[in-house]
Amino acid sequence: MENYLLILISTVFVNNIVLVRILGLCPFMGVSKRLEASIGMAAATAFVLTLGSGASFLVDKYLLGPDLIYLRTLSFIVVIAAIVQFTEMVLHKVFPLLYQVLGIYLPLITTNCAVLGIPLLIVQEQHDLVEALLIGLGGALGFSMVLIIFAGMRERLEGADIPPPFRGTAIAMITAGLMSIAFMGFAGLVK
Amino acid sequence: MLTALLAMAGLALFLGLVLGFAAIKFKVEESPLVQKIDAILPQTQCGQCGFPGCKPYATAIAAGEADINQCPPGGEEGIRKLAELLGVEPKPLNAEHGVTKPKSVAVIDEDICIGCTLCIQACPVDAILGAAKHMHTVIESECTGCELCVAPCPVDCISMAPLTEDISTWKWKYPVYSIKRT
Repeated sequence: MENYLLILISTVFVNNIVLVRILGLCPFMGVSKRLEASIGMAAATAFVLTLGSGASFLVDKYLLGPDLIYLRTLSFIVVIAAIVQFTEMVLHKVFPLLYQVLGIYLPLITTNCAVLGIPLLIVQEQHDLVEALLIGLGGALGFSMVLIIFAGMRERLEGADIPPPFRGTAIAMITAGLMSIAFMGFAGLVK
Repeated sequence: MLTALLAMAGLALFLGLVLGFAAIKFKVEESPLVQKIDAILPQTQCGQCGFPGCKPYATAIAAGEADINQCPPGGEEGIRKLAELLGVEPKPLNAEHGVTKPKSVAVIDEDICIGCTLCIQACPVDAILGAAKHMHTVIESECTGCELCVAPCPVDCISMAPLTEDISTWKWKYPVYSIKRT
């Protein structure tokens, strides 16, 4: 139990997927201009990342095994894409409201590097299924948190008096860098 | 080598089957009928059918609240296409909604125009340009020929000029209604 809690804390704060592992930067910079959009993206990522981690763990363990390690990347992409398609169809039918909230972001996140990177890290570190799901969830929570915080900051930055050369993407990059430095303070929290 | 091929092929086959099954099982029934009807209507937004625009008319047709023969700009060809789409018998245009005219655009006699802006407010597609107490004019390429601006004009300076078909106004007949009277 304690182990699981540590995994969550570790993936959300210490090894934050965006700011420490530097994965999934395209949605981080691309979808963080508006708070609502970033919340939709965060929810979709949480969904896909958790499911994708579990499914690719199973594929790695029971289909690929130790002999076919070189097929990991390829098969993970296929499995994650298929799962996203499947959940999209089910959502559309069963929970139209949730489908509307996630909207375009669900298929958009499918082949994101964070979504592929987390399962690859999981199988490298040899966890079990529950841990794999937790790492996926923790990664997604960390991503969501950072994305939403960053979107909030960027919305405020629009009203700020920024020197002309730093306006737009430049100040966003600097902000992201500062956030990354801040998150380095969590290093050592979990061994 | 063979195991790798078999594993990937099996995985792909399995996922393909699951997705194919899900596509049938979780198919969402949407109502594309309104869009289809709306695509046939001429998009003049003239309101001669008694509805505030083409889309509301399409919705009413799809709901069975309106007949298919209330669109004068669409003409007989429009009615025929609607009948084909809905699987009903084509019927002649209902005369109380107006008669089919050749496609025309509004022309403002700029010497008479007093700049009252009444026609600007009447135009459903914002094709009239002008300001209060200044002469107005019609953007010919935007005008749908709906004639809604003719009635409000207090000095009767707006007339409808039929569009002759030339190299710049000619377009493919489908899916737009015929330019000439049929």
